[in-house]
Amino acid sequence: MKYNTDRKGHKKLLRSFERVGEYALLLKRVLAVPDRMKEFMKEFMKGIYFLGVNSIWIVVIISLFIGAAIVLQIALNIDSPMLPRFTVGVVSREIILLEFSSTIMCLILAGKVGSNVASEIGTMRITEQIDALDIMGVNSANYLILPKIVSFVAFMPVLVVFSMFMGLFGGYIICLFLETPSVETYVYGMQVFFRESFIWYSIGKSMLFGFIIASVAAYFGYTAKGGALEVGQASTNSVVMNSVLILVCDLVFTHLVMG
Amino acid sequence: MISVKNLCKEFDGEVVLDNINTVFEQGVVNMIIGKSGSGKTVLLKCLVGLTAPTSGEIRYNGRNFVGLRSKELSRLRRDIGMLFQGSALFDSKTVLENVLFPLDMFSRNNRRERRKRAEFCLERVNLLEAANLFPSEISGGMKKRVAIARAISLNPKYLFCDEPNSGLDPKTSQLIDELIYDLTKDFSMTTVVVSHDMNSVINIGDKVIFINEGVKEWEGNKSEVMETTNEKLNDFVFASDLFKKIRAEEEREKVIR
Repeated sequence: MKYNTDRKGHKKLLRSFERVGEYALLLKRVLAVPDRMKEFMKEFMKGIYFLGVNSIWIVVIISLFIGAAIVLQIALNIDSPMLPRFTVGVVSREIILLEFSSTIMCLILAGKVGSNVASEIGTMRITEQIDALDIMGVNSANYLILPKIVSFVAFMPVLVVFSMFMGLFGGYIICLFLETPSVETYVYGMQVFFRESFIWYSIGKSMLFGFIIASVAAYFGYTAKGGALEVGQASTNSVVMNSVLILVCDLVFTHLVMG
Repeated sequence: MISVKNLCKEFDGEVVLDNINTVFEQGVVNMIIGKSGSGKTVLLKCLVGLTAPTSGEIRYNGRNFVGLRSKELSRLRRDIGMLFQGSALFDSKTVLENVLFPLDMFSRNNRRERRKRAEFCLERVNLLEAANLFPSEISGGMKKRVAIARAISLNPKYLFCDEPNSGLDPKTSQLIDELIYDLTKDFSMTTVVVSHDMNSVINIGDKVIFINEGVKEWEGNKSEVMETTNEKLNDFVFASDLFKKIRAEEEREKVIR
């Protein structure tokens, strides 16, 4: 019995290494010069719309509410005469700029965009549309995946800036209605000790996450086999894998850049 | 012409194709027939390069297809058109855009000429009126015809069809068969059709290859199929009641004569 368990673990480990190799080989095919620039631009613009513009509403809603909740939580928990009230603005700003708008927002986008990319490419795989591209002599990986990666990475700064703005705006609304702290104190807190580099750090980090989300989801979709059930599994696996990778990369990136 | 020499394919040690030797001739419809799971689709996938054979040679007009560099392979593939079992049309594109796609990718003609060519291909399959519809808005038979139009848009030298009649009613099946036959003759293509539909074999099978359990069991033409003494082919051909009746009638006529 123990032997069987060991063998299963061994197989799983081998499969993980295989997957890393397959992902690297797929990236090699993806990161090539497109056959036709015009077709690439068409797919790029589609990607901007479907992956980027269509994600704005979810970014706006989540950022607004979480931003408000962050300010409320900090205001309630930092209630000490030793700390000035503008600290609420400072801490909220740092949390929203450094972690929420990049990492947490990317975790949410891994669900929305990642599952979208994996299921779209997975469906194309099981309905032989990718085989049709290959037979025509088109580099299917490059044609399907590269525009998605480039468009999502290119649109990521827009989403991050939206998220930052809406998160801070959510806090502003809370201060406007509850006066904990007052709007003037909150705005002062947002401005004091401000470092512009945090915004660039956050944008850089989210672009890396954008690449991970689009490429990993595309990998799971591209290698899907079987039917509708397997496409669903590929989509779920891509979300799980993306979430883990984002968390690990966040830690490494933070240590390298800020540490 | 495509020649296949000692072609073998294994999946995890299981032999799916065993030493296949044959020639697919130009200007005729070459049919690969066999039961489900006999290896005919794997043979087709090896022929078009979607699956790499374990060993053997596939020569397109003398050039070995196996082991070609990706650029050469890509160039050779532009001479190949394929009709998939499920049509494999791009869902996000209209019928016209589907047919235009290979032209947009590889043709050096200007936009007007490319569009003209796509419309000619659609007209050839009698579907010009459906040009602006999406694949989800047309029937199964129409999808197959669009897929044929897309397959011939670049004037291919080789046409491969995987179960072109699956899921179609007899009349539409016949229409698709006739279309494949006419296109093969008109453009002098090397056409390879995988099917287990005996009506298609009798209608258009200029050359017939019977695959059984991964082995090439028999080779001949459509008239020889009905008179073969090969037991396995007989079992396959006369599995349907209709063909059993045809054979019984033929034998009765022989006795009367």
